[in-house]
Amino acid sequence: MSKEKKGVRLEHISKIYQDPKTGKDFYAVHDANISIEPGEFVTLLGPSGCGKTTILRMIAGFESPDEGEVYLGNEAINELTPNKRDTAMVFQSYALLPHYNIFDNVAYGLKLRKMDKATIREKVINILGLVGLEGMEDRMTNQLSGGQQQRVALARALVLEPGVLLFDEPLSNLDAKLRVDMRTEIRRIQHNAGITAIYVTHDQSEAMALSDKIIVMKKGLVDQIGDPQTIYYHPVDEFVADFIGESNFLRGTVLERDGKGGVIEVNGERITVSDTNGRNVHDAATLVLRPESVHVEDKGVMRCKVTLSRFMGHYQNYHVLCGDQLVKITEFNPKNKKIYEAGDEAYVNFSAGDVHVL
Amino acid sequence: MARNQGAELDRKKLMADPIMVTTIAVLIAFLTLFILYPLAILMVDSVVGDRGPTLDIFRRVLAMPAFDKAIANTLRVGFLVGILASLIGLLFAYVEEYVQLKTRFMDGLFKVVSMLPVVSPPFVLSLSVIMLFGKSGIITRFLLGIYDNNVYGFWGIALVQTLTFFPVCYMMFRGLLKNIDPSLEEAARDMGASRWKVFTSVTFPLILPGLGNAFLVTFIESIADFANPMLIGGSYDTLATSIYLQITGAYDKQGAAAMAVVLLFITLVMFVVQKYVLEAKSTATLTGKASRARMLITDASVRIPLTILCAALAIFVVMMYVCVPFGALFRTWGYDFTLTTKWFKQVFTMHHGLEAFRDSFVLSLVASPITALLSMIISYLVVKRSFRAKGFIEAVSMLAMAVPGTVLGVGYIRGFSGGIFHTGVLQGLYGTGAILVIVFIVRSLPTGTRSGISALRQIDKSIEESAYDMGANSLQVFMTVTLPLIKDSFLSGLVTAFVRSITAISAIILLVTPQFLLITVQINEFAEKGAYGVACAFATILIIITYGAVLLMNLAIKRFGTSAKLTTEVEG
Repeated sequence: MSKEKKGVRLEHISKIYQDPKTGKDFYAVHDANISIEPGEFVTLLGPSGCGKTTILRMIAGFESPDEGEVYLGNEAINELTPNKRDTAMVFQSYALLPHYNIFDNVAYGLKLRKMDKATIREKVINILGLVGLEGMEDRMTNQLSGGQQQRVALARALVLEPGVLLFDEPLSNLDAKLRVDMRTEIRRIQHNAGITAIYVTHDQSEAMALSDKIIVMKKGLVDQIGDPQTIYYHPVDEFVADFIGESNFLRGTVLERDGKGGVIEVNGERITVSDTNGRNVHDAATLVLRPESVHVEDKGVMRCKVTLSRFMGHYQNYHVLCGDQLVKITEFNPKNKKIYEAGDEAYVNFSAGDVHVL
Repeated sequence: MARNQGAELDRKKLMADPIMVTTIAVLIAFLTLFILYPLAILMVDSVVGDRGPTLDIFRRVLAMPAFDKAIANTLRVGFLVGILASLIGLLFAYVEEYVQLKTRFMDGLFKVVSMLPVVSPPFVLSLSVIMLFGKSGIITRFLLGIYDNNVYGFWGIALVQTLTFFPVCYMMFRGLLKNIDPSLEEAARDMGASRWKVFTSVTFPLILPGLGNAFLVTFIESIADFANPMLIGGSYDTLATSIYLQITGAYDKQGAAAMAVVLLFITLVMFVVQKYVLEAKSTATLTGKASRARMLITDASVRIPLTILCAALAIFVVMMYVCVPFGALFRTWGYDFTLTTKWFKQVFTMHHGLEAFRDSFVLSLVASPITALLSMIISYLVVKRSFRAKGFIEAVSMLAMAVPGTVLGVGYIRGFSGGIFHTGVLQGLYGTGAILVIVFIVRSLPTGTRSGISALRQIDKSIEESAYDMGANSLQVFMTVTLPLIKDSFLSGLVTAFVRSITAISAIILLVTPQFLLITVQINEFAEKGAYGVACAFATILIIITYGAVLLMNLAIKRFGTSAKLTTEVEG
């Protein structure tokens, strides 16, 4: 339905702010290079203060980059004011106009584009149907639930058929269950419309569920860009590994190389991995292990001592010590498995392919 | 790290918006020409004599014993009034926020007290103090049998100003006390403190900066006040009245300019301390919002004396206002209490009452929408936009708050009677209705701007951003989003500007030319002459007009206001 889906390119974008306490300048965003294909759903993911919202606001035009250039399609848009940019934003607080009803909220942008009344009416009714708000056009915004307000905000942005749709943590004000429903909805609508979307969130499961591509940010820097699988299985550093899902880190040294794979020594024990990630013999290496890929068993890769064992319903939660290194383990569906108690001596077991080396 | 590109882009985006640029340019021109320039010319005039720069003018003025006395007088009155008005204001606020009042009557009294400063014309209280406590005052002469009571002078001014200004303090303290989290006091109570101990060790320290703030605000108001000292000061001259007399009596405009600089200097120092030291502190100590309603004091030993004290004070003030229409209805105040409409008739037959009301009304009516719109635009720019000249616009419009009317009046005389910098440019402005309208605007702009700023701060920034994002330019955003959302503040700004303009006197009295008859000037003239009947008749009609305007505003806010609209539609 979009007139033209547009890609977005950020070339060497930086934004400098002043720390209000110390008065010192710092990079809120530093040398960001991002390329987003037309029709792609991309999330900017990171903890608060990492610069993700600043990037979004620079694309929308509310902030001006101190270095670099923003492109929308093939057009450099640095000098364009927000009202001249082919972007539409869904705000965290929804930002509905409280003195208008739903219809007028959605029609606002269309009226500014001087469309005739009949076209506006048709478009608004259409889009309200698409977001599941048919028949609600005469309500005032404060008569809607949070989820419905969210849908109005989405409809209001969609109806403009923008080149790019921008989302600034749109679901953070909803309760947990509604959040899950809405994100499925957003993904469905975006997919059907084939519209380019950039989505800011600090919630990694939201990023996983929505994105074609995730951009992980840390302290103003773009840390890793990749599809959800790559980000999860092949994080570039401990920050990404820890921020997306949970990770155990085991410190060791590379003993042998064998093609791509090799053997790494941890706590005096030899652990075979299928990919050393370019580490050479004698290099220090960190093993990244997801809690769900590790098991507590009577035999295995490494000796350990159970320090905590807790029944959580759909999984058994273990903390074990391998030497002096803590490993957290999630054993799913524990009903018919052997349960170890705190104090038990056992082994941790995992397969060579489940280890990611940093 | 270079932030040049970002700043440059922000500038370009601003320049791409001709409406914004024009608005900002016009605002800067207006503020510079009508606030900064008149003050600047005062400074220049008071140090430049016939033969170049000189301090002779200051030396001459400061050598006048009358002037030195006026400085001392002004500060003495200001100090006492500042203390009294703050304390009474605090008492009222404390009783309202902490003590169980229960009765409708008390609620009504408190409401009246909070509304008085809005609708009251200046010197109404002076008028009634003279009529109640003067030589032929009802209380002094008829109730107490004192025949030669002298209300004129220090105590007269202090009494009248305290009663005029304490409601403002009351409103300030009410806001402060509302923001104190009751659990702080409950915690102290719980740890064993008595109620008095809670007040002295918790509540009082929390509002201490606010107390300083209220004191200084009142102090500034007091030393800037012209009308009351003029009427009830007698031979007790203050700075404001001295300046006026220096111009109208001694025809010494240069001397008056130097005096005005002295008065301006004092108020500016106070203002800077108040604005940048105390105001910040008084809000900083009270951060958290009250988590839940406060348990009101029901204890009779606290409730009854405090309630009686407040009620007595409030009734006293109300009585003073009631006294004015009666003053207009009695044949001769103090001697002959037969009712008559003579004074009202005289207003219209002998004293050009109709012209006076027409002129005052029309000029104020022209000034108020401009003031309201300007103050909303300034608040919008200050709160929602960022650009280089923003600091200038904010500072100058707030500065106008600290400039006493008399000083502004002298500044306009010096600045515009001979044209800009005495060159004859814009000379045509002087003596016209336009300059009176401009004075009205400048005098009401700070109040309107302040209320606009606080209204806009309540509105989530992203609401305007969303409109901007959907393609609206800044004018469209302002007209379709900002203004509708602060409609209440706009309406009340409109009426406040109207009321302030129609009751203004201090600057106007220096600038008005015989072709314009203004009510306040008339009242002043007749009261000066001792023609209290006519003065009261004028004042009564003026009070009716201002009160009517306020009623109309409340009605309009109920009918069209944003809050009213949103709630009724939820119900419907």
